[in-house]
Amino acid sequence: MEIIKTDRLTKYYGKARGIVDLDITVCQGEFFGFIGPNGAGKSTTIRTLLGLITPTGGTATVFGKDITKEKEDVLRDIGYLPSESLFYQGMKVKEVLKLSEDLRKKDCGAESKLLCERLQLDTSRRIDELSLGNRKKVAIVCALQHRPELLVLDEPTSGLDPLMQKEFFNILHERNKEGATVFLSGHVLSEIQRNCTRAAIIRDGRIIACDRIEALSKTTAKHVTVHGSINLERLDGARNIKFTEDSVSFLYSGDMNNLLCVLSCGQVNDLTVAEPDLEEVFLHYYEKDGKGL
Amino acid sequence: MTLVKHELRQGKASFFIWTASIGFLLAVCIFLFPEMKGQMDSVNDMFASMGSFTRAFGMDRLNFGTLIGFYAVECGNILGLGGAFFASLCAVGILSKEEKEKTAEFLLTHPVTRKRVVTEKLIALFIQITAMNLVIFAFAIGSVAAIGEAIPLKEMTLLHLSYYLLQLELAGICFCISAFLRKGSVGIGLGLAALMYFLNIIANISDSAEFLKYITPYGYCGGADIVSSGSLDVALVAVGAVIGVAGTVVSYLKYTKKDIR
Repeated sequence: MEIIKTDRLTKYYGKARGIVDLDITVCQGEFFGFIGPNGAGKSTTIRTLLGLITPTGGTATVFGKDITKEKEDVLRDIGYLPSESLFYQGMKVKEVLKLSEDLRKKDCGAESKLLCERLQLDTSRRIDELSLGNRKKVAIVCALQHRPELLVLDEPTSGLDPLMQKEFFNILHERNKEGATVFLSGHVLSEIQRNCTRAAIIRDGRIIACDRIEALSKTTAKHVTVHGSINLERLDGARNIKFTEDSVSFLYSGDMNNLLCVLSCGQVNDLTVAEPDLEEVFLHYYEKDGKGL
Repeated sequence: MTLVKHELRQGKASFFIWTASIGFLLAVCIFLFPEMKGQMDSVNDMFASMGSFTRAFGMDRLNFGTLIGFYAVECGNILGLGGAFFASLCAVGILSKEEKEKTAEFLLTHPVTRKRVVTEKLIALFIQITAMNLVIFAFAIGSVAAIGEAIPLKEMTLLHLSYYLLQLELAGICFCISAFLRKGSVGIGLGLAALMYFLNIIANISDSAEFLKYITPYGYCGGADIVSSGSLDVALVAVGAVIGVAGTVVSYLKYTKKDIR
């Protein structure tokens, strides 16, 4: 079953581009990554899916329901974790959680208690006194306490310490195994690589790639590290060249014979040829005029 | 009614401060009356010689020597301005604060329709304004009783009713403005209330500017008119009601389609 489906979804803010002709399909039970540089349109996509902004073109459905016409029904089964966790000043954590529960007209007391224990969140404290990480925990409990079918997470781990990040992802995977769909938007590529099965990459408001993580990172390029000295001027196809004190590393997607020739002419003490990491591959997508790897 | 309760809780401190301040100032004025009563003949003469200034505040047609004459002017200044400021401040921020303080993302990603948000916020606003006026009215009646004067119940009720309607009209306009705003709004609320107050003063001073009474809600709050006629000017109140209701309707139309950034 398709949980999220957008068809040529477009949003312009006056003349400014938000997203253009966006086509995404996320199926039930998927752990879907949504990545792109700042200003690419990630937040606009999320805000459109949540009904905070109205699209200027195209359509989007969540749970098969139109997001503009059946927004209330759609939001009932969504848990949203915003990138900035801001709440009403002067309220205590438990009051915020209760407000969220009341707005959903659902008794979430037991689940809320469990989540607060797992995330070590003190519900008697005032929101104003909380650190960024603790405010994030409040937002996490608000997003999860009603056991939603779809989790929309916008840069979910910013502010959380590594232990809490681990616990948070444990909870997400448990929910995912129980059938919840996860839509994870962010910059932290290792997070996407570790957790997601599929991902879409957005740049300048358009989807430029959408596939399984393995397929997205599949490339003919190799990450080469040479300890010693070689002359790279004669080597076509070397990119992202980085020099250190006694080594040079680069991405190579040219003719292997040329590489061997250059290496044999140089002074090589040690050599590593490896698959590039996902970060390097994705950076290529981020670059405006990035060439194929 | 979750949002109504939430709004009332959020606005609790502001409500108590404004209600206590206005109630206290009104009570102080009433308690000053017995002391001033004896000097009122000379005060009346003095006001009579002040030309436009006297007309501006309707003091040419009110007898300061009577409690209701004194009260109508004082009430006009304290409740007229204080109540209008409170109503405008509450209304102008009630929708826009969600975007300004970035809580809109929290609120509007819950399964609540925008229509429900607007309706519940309107109810909360109505409750706050009504409660403030009831408390202040009780304060005023209690203070008059405490100084041993006969209570001019009809006139006082009409005066307070007119200011209550004024606050509701201003709240309707400011609520509408709030639906359009994304950021700061306090200045707009206070500015609008003050502008309306001064428009009425101009309308009182100059006959050629009398049409302004149809624009400013203070037009139907003139103490001299209310005390002398024993009623409110229905035509002016009706114009005010239409403006207030129109503001509310526009706020629904705007907020239900507004992009929350």
